[in-house]
Parts: sequence; structure tokens; C-alpha cells
Amino acid sequence: MSTALQDPQVVETPNYLNQEYGWKSWLFTKDHKRIAVLYIISITVMFFIGGVFASLIRLELLTPQGDLVNSDTYNKFFTMHGVVMVFFFLIPSIPATLGNFFVPMMIGAKDLAFPRINLLSWYIYIVGAAFALAAIVMGGVDTGWTFYTPFSSTYSNTFVITAAMGVFIAGFSSILTGLNFIVTVHKMRAPGMTWGRLPLFVWANYATSLIQVLGTPVVAITLALVALERAFHIGIFDPAIGGDPILFQHMFWFYSHPAVYIMILPGMGVISELVTCFSRKGIFGYPFIAGSSLGIAIIGFLVWGHHMFVTGMSMYASLYFSLLTMLVAVPSAIKIFNWTATMFRGSISFDTPMLYAFGFIGLFTIGGLTGLFLATLGVDVHVTDTYFVVAHFHYVMVGGMVLAYLGGMHFWWPKMTGRLYPEGWGRFAALLVFAGFNLTFFPQFITGYLGQPRRYHAYAPEFQVLNVMSTAGASVLALGYIIPLIYLIWSLKYGPKAGDNPWKAKGLEWQTSSPPPTYNFEKTPIVTEEAYAYASHDEHTSEGGLK
Amino acid sequence: MPGGPPNLMQIPLFPEAASAVATQVDYLYFYLTAVTILMTGLIFLVVFVFAVKYRRKSDDEIPKAIHGSLKLEIAWSIIPFIVMLTFFWWGAQIFFANASPPANAMDVYAVGKQWMWKIQYPEGQREINELHVPVGRPVKITLASEDVIHSFFIPAFRIKHDVVPGRYDTMWFTATKPGRYHLFCAEYCGTEHSGMVGWVTVLNDADYENWLSGGGSEGSMAAQGEKIFGQLGCSTCHLQDQQGRCPVLRGVYGSRVQLDNGKTVLADDAYIRESILNPNAKIVAGFKADIMPTFQGQISEEGLLQLIVYIKSLAITGNPSAPSIGTAGQPPNTGIKQ
Repeated sequence: MSTALQDPQVVETPNYLNQEYGWKSWLFTKDHKRIAVLYIISITVMFFIGGVFASLIRLELLTPQGDLVNSDTYNKFFTMHGVVMVFFFLIPSIPATLGNFFVPMMIGAKDLAFPRINLLSWYIYIVGAAFALAAIVMGGVDTGWTFYTPFSSTYSNTFVITAAMGVFIAGFSSILTGLNFIVTVHKMRAPGMTWGRLPLFVWANYATSLIQVLGTPVVAITLALVALERAFHIGIFDPAIGGDPILFQHMFWFYSHPAVYIMILPGMGVISELVTCFSRKGIFGYPFIAGSSLGIAIIGFLVWGHHMFVTGMSMYASLYFSLLTMLVAVPSAIKIFNWTATMFRGSISFDTPMLYAFGFIGLFTIGGLTGLFLATLGVDVHVTDTYFVVAHFHYVMVGGMVLAYLGGMHFWWPKMTGRLYPEGWGRFAALLVFAGFNLTFFPQFITGYLGQPRRYHAYAPEFQVLNVMSTAGASVLALGYIIPLIYLIWSLKYGPKAGDNPWKAKGLEWQTSSPPPTYNFEKTPIVTEEAYAYASHDEHTSEGGLK
Repeated sequence: MPGGPPNLMQIPLFPEAASAVATQVDYLYFYLTAVTILMTGLIFLVVFVFAVKYRRKSDDEIPKAIHGSLKLEIAWSIIPFIVMLTFFWWGAQIFFANASPPANAMDVYAVGKQWMWKIQYPEGQREINELHVPVGRPVKITLASEDVIHSFFIPAFRIKHDVVPGRYDTMWFTATKPGRYHLFCAEYCGTEHSGMVGWVTVLNDADYENWLSGGGSEGSMAAQGEKIFGQLGCSTCHLQDQQGRCPVLRGVYGSRVQLDNGKTVLADDAYIRESILNPNAKIVAGFKADIMPTFQGQISEEGLLQLIVYIKSLAITGNPSAPSIGTAGQPPNTGIKQ
């Protein structure tokens, strides 16, 4: 990346990329933008490693027999796909990259509150990722990304401690990012940038940070206990020595359910930016979208038991978790409706980022509604631990989160690099991702209700046709991921100059040069209007018949 | 699924429904699916219409601002939540109605073990990865695990329950249609997880009685339990009729036992299990701790279940060799090989 950026054509105005050169200037940088770039490179590598495992899984599942690899290898494939994607791609994906780059810029700050801690968080992430990769290289892990006991603590013969330590360590990276964001949003806002004027992307990252800081220590403790149990048989989870295997699930999901909101909330923040910019219109229902992010962060901590309805948990606890899960769906619904309403009487363009936003709204709606099937007690008993769960989870995490990530990446690429990517290829890849995604995961709702359990190396022959469709879809999806990788790298050197504000977007990040200078702004901006004031000349007319 | 080889050109869309609860779950599933299609369709339609109608016509157009509408926000928060409450209510109804087995359910015992299901019947039949049940009669399965967590899943019945080591779980169903249905392990349990599968065969009454009389050469579960009772030396302390160093077990099962700490406990499967594996956990009033050794590690989950069925049989008839209880509703004198 840095070689492309040394091209004399790019380095006309001083910016964060040409301020200093050489690997030391990157590895010892305290600039939030450079750290964001380090994160982008790291998580992209992890994403493609996780993607290779996904491809191997889908190839194995072309046929009902377990014939491509043996069962142990297959079990390691889906475990490592999950561990890498969840802990090393999805959780850091938007906060550590786009959040790191743009949260300070959007509030008019010159950096995060703690630049050194920001760099430290990246190093911690790398050490965690190194542990995870070491576990893979040494021979893999086969516990599933959920590390359920007593299988993980007593029975598995794979590198559980190494992988768990990787997740444990990466957790601290996540905590530090969250801490940094919370302090930054509280203390570093430019004059006039009131809480009510914060861009919704900032609100979303703020809510995410609260979960990161409050939830991550719990999963760290849980995985540390698994490692201790394995090493010293202390009897926390293994019933043979007085432990309780279900305790693990409570502790694990106490973090890991809020963690899915760590993964999706920043994506929702991106969509708020995209929908407003490409409708050229203020957001509909600003306080409701901002508040719903906080609502999700809070209620999200109270629903973990919906992963455990068939564990023999108390019926009354199940009732409570089912009811609260219905409640946590409301803020997500509010967001969907408000984004849709934002488009009403807008000026909608179909640039690549907006195509991803359309995809997000559609697929997240399906992902969210199918989550309600799983919250509904009577139905969950049948569909839990089947491909229905796999499909639901991927509709939210890929159809939602990954689309938002790609949309945000395309939206801010001109700002981050100063270059435009080829728009035609961008739209083509967005359509491929959408089509490939649906072909991959929609059939899994059907196989799930038919009863195909997840994590099966071999499956009953009547499920084959639907599995072949999934595998075909996965090939299209893979292509949809590789094309942007190629043209985005290409654009670093050959893309046309972007200019400061190619989308005519509002937001402080668009008021500085592209790529931005090291301290973001020539002088500290003063904010005088609300976010997304696209129609600032008739700010107070508020027409349109909806009020 | 059952009946004929799978046809690859035919895409199955819906599983067979072969239990009383399956139909209830399917109706709820249809309702959820209908709402999902309606809502998704609505969102897609509105987004599509807006995208076409309000597409950018010139590059410098700036639409007027619309800040929001409190009425709309309230409407689209409350109405979806009310719909979700109907999901919750209906789902909870099914869940609660099927939480506890009816009193007349027949007993079957299943032990999950990496990577097989070992099924035993009170009458003494044992099978691996096969479960035979009669049509139309409630069946209660007591689940135990020898190692890790498994999950007993019969898609055609729409039921599943985790099998957690160190305790007993129960599930129950009433099969409504004779046939052969998948039995899956649904909780990932290691190498051959996907091989931990089998078949549930639902037979009509006559076929079931016929099947039941065809096996169980080692005697009923209670009889096998009695054998273990002797082998492990239980009978030297737990005397049949008189007070020994340990409590008499006759009549204990199902009663409330007075403990030395003043509390009482219901003598059910879980209590008997705990008392065998961790005897000091609860001491019966009038007896001392540390008299009985633990039998943890000396007895398999299957053997433990046989012991429990034996102790259960002592409560009912007082005859150690009597057939087990829990087979109410079953015609007498079948399948008991003494």
C-alpha cells in the first residue's frame, strides 16, 4: 500500500499518507488514520483466511457423504471459520477501521483521546491474531467458535488453549478501542458539536463501545476459565469434577449475544450515513435512530438465554428471555422504518455505497425477522442448532454487517485514499454479493426447518439439492468479494482523483482535504447546524406532509 | 423421507409432521413466515417505489428536509411489538403445554455417548441408534450423557432437548404416524458428531407389542439394576427390611425424604443419582456422613439408570424383581422376561 502511495502524482498536498515514509512511520504511528489503515490490512487478511475455510466447508458439503476431508478436519474448518470471522473480522471490522478513521473526524477532533492506546490496541489485536493463526498452523481447533464445555475443557484433543488465548488477548484490543471512543466522544467534540448534532455513525460506535467495555471482560474471564480447566482440572465446567457445563453457556452468551450487537451496530451507523448522503436528505427521526442504538446496547445484555432454550433451563427463565428478545427487536425495526422514510421525497442516486445500503435494508429485515422465529419458544425448540440458525446469523452478519462494511468502505474510500474506484465494477460487485449471498444462505432456512443440524460433516441425502445451491451461491459470493479487493488496490495507483467531497456529502470529514492532513483539519471546525443538513437553506420549513 | 429412496430432482421444502406437537409448531411457523413475507415484501416494495419515484433527476437538486413524525415513530414501534407479542404468546403456549410429560407416559431411557445413542427400555430391550415407539401413546425419554453435551433431535416430531452430562433431562412426545424418522444429535460433540444419527421407528400397537417381545434377553432394567445393586455391594448396607448402616430403600422413590439439616427432598431420579455419585451431598436424618463411598467412575450411565429403575421398582411393589413402573397404559404381561 505504501509503495503505491509514494507515487509522486498522489503526494501533492501534505496529508497523513505522505507526511512520513518507511515502515517505522507506520508501525510507530499514533495517527488514528494510519492505525485504521493498519487495521484494514489486518482484518482483510483475516477475512480472506476465514473465507478460505468457508469455501472449504461449502466444497465438502457439495455431497452428503463426508468425502473431501475427514471429520476431524471438517470440524476444524468450521471452528476456524467461526473463530477467525467472529473474533478477528466482525468484532473489530467497523469500529477499528472506519470508526477509528472517522469517529474523530466526524466530531471535529484531531485524533482519538488516547493515540498511544489506540496503537497499543492494534498490537494487542496482532498478538491475539498470531495466537489464533498459531493454533491453526499447529493443527487447528475443533470445538466450534462457541467453545462449549465440557467438550472444549476436557474432551477435545486440539489446540484449544492457544485459540482461547488468542480470543482472550484480542478482547483487550476491543476493550481499548471502546474505551478510547467513549472518552473521545465525551471530551473531544468540536465547538458546537452537541450530542444532538452527532452523526449517527458516531452514536452507533458510541453504543458499541459501551458493550465492548462492559461485555468483553466477561468472555475473557470465561475463556480463561476454560483454559485453566483444561490445564489444571479446577472443576468449574466439568461435571465429573463438580463443575457445571451449562454455566459456561450462560457466561459465554452473556458476552456473545451483546457481541452480535458489537458487530451489527456500527454497520447500522454506516447505513444511516449512506442513506442520507445518497438521498441527499436529513435523517428521518434522528433521536429515534440514535436512541435505538443505546436501547439495543442496553436490552442486548438481557437476552442471552435465548441461545439456551433446549438446555433444560427453567421454563420461567425461558419465558423472560423470549419476551425480552422480542423487545430488543423493536429498536432494530425502528431503524429500518426510519431509513426507509428518509428516502421519501429524497434525491436518490444509485452509487455503489447506496446499492450496499439497499442490500443491507432488505437482508437485515429478513435476518431480523427470522431472529424472531428463534425467539419464539415453541419454534426455537425445533430450529435451534439447525441450519436455520446458520442462515439467520449470516443474514444479519453477512447480509447486514459485511454489506454495511463494504458500503462504508466504498463510501469513504475516496476520503481515505484520495482516489475513486471504478464505479461500474463497484456496482457489478455489489450485485454479485447480493445475488451470491441470497443463493448461499436462503436455502439454509429451508434445510434448517427440514431438520439438517449444523456442524455436520456428512448429512442425509435428501438435503443435497439445497446444499448444492448453497455451494453455488458461495462461489458467486467469493467472486463478489475478490473483485472489490482487486479494483480497490488498483485504484490506489490508477484511480482518478477523488476531490474533497465527491458525493457532496455533509459531515465534517468531507470538509477537509482527501486524503486528510495528519491532524485532520487546518483549524478546528465550528459546528453550527445539525447532522445531515442537506437542505440547510430551508432548515425550518420542515415540509413534506409528514409532520 | 421415509418410504422410498430420495429423489435428487425433488427439492424437499417441508419436513414430515409425525407428532402431536409437530402440527402445532407448523401452524405457528406458517404464521411467522406469513408475517415475515408480508413485512419483507412491504419494505422491499416501499424502498423500490421510493428508489424509482425519487431517483435523482438532476445533480444539483436538493430535496426539502423532513425531520420526522412522532406519530409514525410510535406507530411503527408499538404495532410491530404487538405482533411480536403474539409470537411470544403462541410460542410460550406450545412450550409450556409440552414442558412436562403426562403421568401415563411410558418410559424410555437414552444415553448419549461419543458418538452413539444407547436406548434401553424398562422391559429390558436395548438398542443403539434406533428407537422404537408405539403410535398414539405418550413416550417420556430420560436423557443422560456419558461424556459431553449432546442433543436429542427428532425433526419429524419438532422436538429437541440437550443431553447434559452430570444430570438427567427429560423430553416427551406422542407419535401420530407410523414410519421411520431421523434421529439426530444436534449439539456438536466432536469427531463423529454427524455420525451420531439414527432412526425412530413408529409402530402401530400390535407391531410394537410384537417388537417388544422380541428382545431383552438380560432381563428387565429393574432386574439388571438389582444385579448391580448386589455387585457393587449396595445390599450389604441398604438392607431390605431392617435398619442397617444406611437407609432402607423400600418405598423411598417418589417420597419426601427428611434430611439431617432439617430440610426435605423429593426422592426423584436426580436425588437418587446424586446420592449414588456424591453420597455426602444430602444426608438422610438419623444417618451419618462418610459412611457410603462414592460410586463416581465405577458405574456407567446405563448402569446408573438401571439402578434407579430398580430403586423405583422397590417403591411401587416392594418386590425387587418386579417390572418397573412407568409403563402404565401398557397391556400387562408383555415383554417381561423373568
